[in-house]
Amino acid sequence: MSALFGLLRKETYHILRDRRTLFVLIFMPIVQVILFGFSIRTDVRDVRMVIVDPTPDATTLEIRDRFAAGGIFRILGVSPTASPLDHLFRTDTAQVALIFEPRFGEHFAAGDPAQLLVITDATEPNTGASRQLYVNAVIQQYESERGRRAGTVQIIPQVRSRFNPTRESTNLFVPGLMAMVLNIIAALMTALSLTREKETGTMEALLVSPLRPWQIIVGKVTPYLGIGFISVLAVLGVAKLVFQVPMEGSLALLLAEGTLFILVALSLGILISARTSSQRVALLAAMMGTMLPTQMLSGFIFPLESMPRPLQWISIVVPARWFVFIARGIMLKGVGLVYLWRETLVLAAMTLLLLVASARSFKVRLQ
Amino acid sequence: MSAVSAVRGFARRTSALARAEVLHVVRDKASLVQIIVMPLIQLLVLSNVATFAVKRSPAYFVDFDHSATSRGIVTRFAASDLFDIVGQSASPGAANEAMLRGDATIVVTIPHDFERALTTDKSAPIGLDVNAEKGSAAGIVQSYAAQILTNYSAELGRDIVPTRRNVADGAASEIQPPPQPGAGHIDVRLRSWYNQTLDYKHYMVPGILVALVTMIGTLLTAQNIAREKEMGTLEQLNVTPIGKAEFITAKLLPFWVLGMIDLMLGLVVARLVFGVPMRGSLVLLFASAGLYLVVALAIGLWISTLVETQQQAMFLSFFVIMIYLLMSGLLTPIDSMPHWVQVASLVNPVRHFVSISRAILVKGAGFAEIANPLATLGIFAVGFLTLAIRQYRKRAV
Repeated sequence: MSALFGLLRKETYHILRDRRTLFVLIFMPIVQVILFGFSIRTDVRDVRMVIVDPTPDATTLEIRDRFAAGGIFRILGVSPTASPLDHLFRTDTAQVALIFEPRFGEHFAAGDPAQLLVITDATEPNTGASRQLYVNAVIQQYESERGRRAGTVQIIPQVRSRFNPTRESTNLFVPGLMAMVLNIIAALMTALSLTREKETGTMEALLVSPLRPWQIIVGKVTPYLGIGFISVLAVLGVAKLVFQVPMEGSLALLLAEGTLFILVALSLGILISARTSSQRVALLAAMMGTMLPTQMLSGFIFPLESMPRPLQWISIVVPARWFVFIARGIMLKGVGLVYLWRETLVLAAMTLLLLVASARSFKVRLQ
Repeated sequence: MSAVSAVRGFARRTSALARAEVLHVVRDKASLVQIIVMPLIQLLVLSNVATFAVKRSPAYFVDFDHSATSRGIVTRFAASDLFDIVGQSASPGAANEAMLRGDATIVVTIPHDFERALTTDKSAPIGLDVNAEKGSAAGIVQSYAAQILTNYSAELGRDIVPTRRNVADGAASEIQPPPQPGAGHIDVRLRSWYNQTLDYKHYMVPGILVALVTMIGTLLTAQNIAREKEMGTLEQLNVTPIGKAEFITAKLLPFWVLGMIDLMLGLVVARLVFGVPMRGSLVLLFASAGLYLVVALAIGLWISTLVETQQQAMFLSFFVIMIYLLMSGLLTPIDSMPHWVQVASLVNPVRHFVSISRAILVKGAGFAEIANPLATLGIFAVGFLTLAIRQYRKRAV
């Protein structure tokens, strides 16, 4: 046992002495929370609008004022013709164009349909669609105030946003970020540190030492478990302090689930290191096998249900997918194990499977 | 030594070294995988993954009213192609359960006496509970639902109101005056420019191409030079007659070419597999990419001067690239970010190339329309290259 503690101490020194890597390991999670929090947003505001109004009159002026006053649109200018639109849209100067037909006000006053063409830059489809909806809302409001809709009925939607009332995107990323950071630390770093021993030939020295194979692995892996735990706390702390991310459920449960996920990632790292012999290959394998799937197929940035079916099926074997679901459930919905036992069971089964697989591969290398 | 022979010597030494680089890359399976296979897989997978598209949302209906009108609402939702009805009951508990489990994205609650309120008061509330766990999609789902309700109420207005007027003539006209003569209506036509089908791939693929080029330019260069350091071959090169300028040119040139080849492959895939439009001039795109690659390579070179091992090079490049990509407007529009992030992103070269790539491919922009970001890239190219070369000299000597 004292041999195991010796190894543990040696590993801890190794990690602590590589300042640059340690710096990255500790600061990366914090920087990532902040980066994601500020950068992944899809709010629609300050929409740059151009108005084409060939025959200005009281009606069009009034509609123009509605857009100027709403707070969502910023009117860049009014042009009598549509010819500058191409250039304005291509340079990304304008995002929405409102084109009144000639003699719009006359038609409107006469009770004829007055045509209004709304052009939006739909390069990014969701914001494009949202802008259209906002334009529509302003027009409908105007119409109903002008009395045309006075005789009709109104269904008034009373909207409640459940689980994330402010629609703050940060709330959605934090669980996924924890999964990503844990993957980097637990899977990637473990795989690298084990293969480095192989590459430099020191693994043989360890194998002929009185340490048993499982002790070698435990000794190499435990410090990363510690760092992983610290970074989970760091992520949660920053998320709470900077972005006021809620914690509806039990923190203890979340930390327990986090530990379970670290175990999954660690066993993945061990498996990768057992199957590879150089750091470069281990790195590639860890990237392809853990980092990318975690980023892409866990649903933490991109909703899984928007993806093609085959990718949704693949996501079933991605551990992060289950962890993200669990973490969101606890943090945003405040649910407990009653709702999450299935996902927890999946993670536990994955850990077991990976540990067995890596133990077998590792033994082969020992002989 | 005459100037001509000096140039010739430079070219000879540079090309010899560059050839050695190319051979290294071609012979090393891992490098080849990293350069050709990985980017293509990333493009294929990412383009399918990177979508915020709002597909049919699962909707749950809690109907306390059990009227023809309330059933009409369910029918409109079902017919809209935007919603899947996953459940219908008079139990808010069951609806809540469905939402907690994640089975329903929206719960529509139709209260008691909904139909009656609509006929007597002309207005009635309806509950829309949106699972905002879905982030930006939740807003769209909500707007779609509101749109369906608006259309339905317009439809009802035509049906219900005249019958009421027949029944109680005088009273009705007092409560709701007939449409004012002279108040016309506005016929709104919507056009979605550049992306009529609202296909996320048209938005994402031009951006993903930029990400791939950046990976090749920055990551591989940093890793490659760090490896020479790690193996000690950099010192060997330093004692040969090869000059610093020759070394840097020879190191960067192959990766510049590889970056361009990757872009070409990527564009072929984008066109053939994803049908991404190419409305502008490809020559202009490649010229811009050539300039951008100089920036990306210079950043890679700069990173390599800061690190000792490949592992550190990897981590640092990932870190830098991640910040660059996230803040570039690649995934979500720059315009949605807080103001200070928008200002900070001006010094991000990726941002400028992403907007160039989208402007040329999707919007069909010409030289005049991308001149601004292009000029910025030019400044970055000179700046980063100078910085990296100076830093490199300091370190290597």
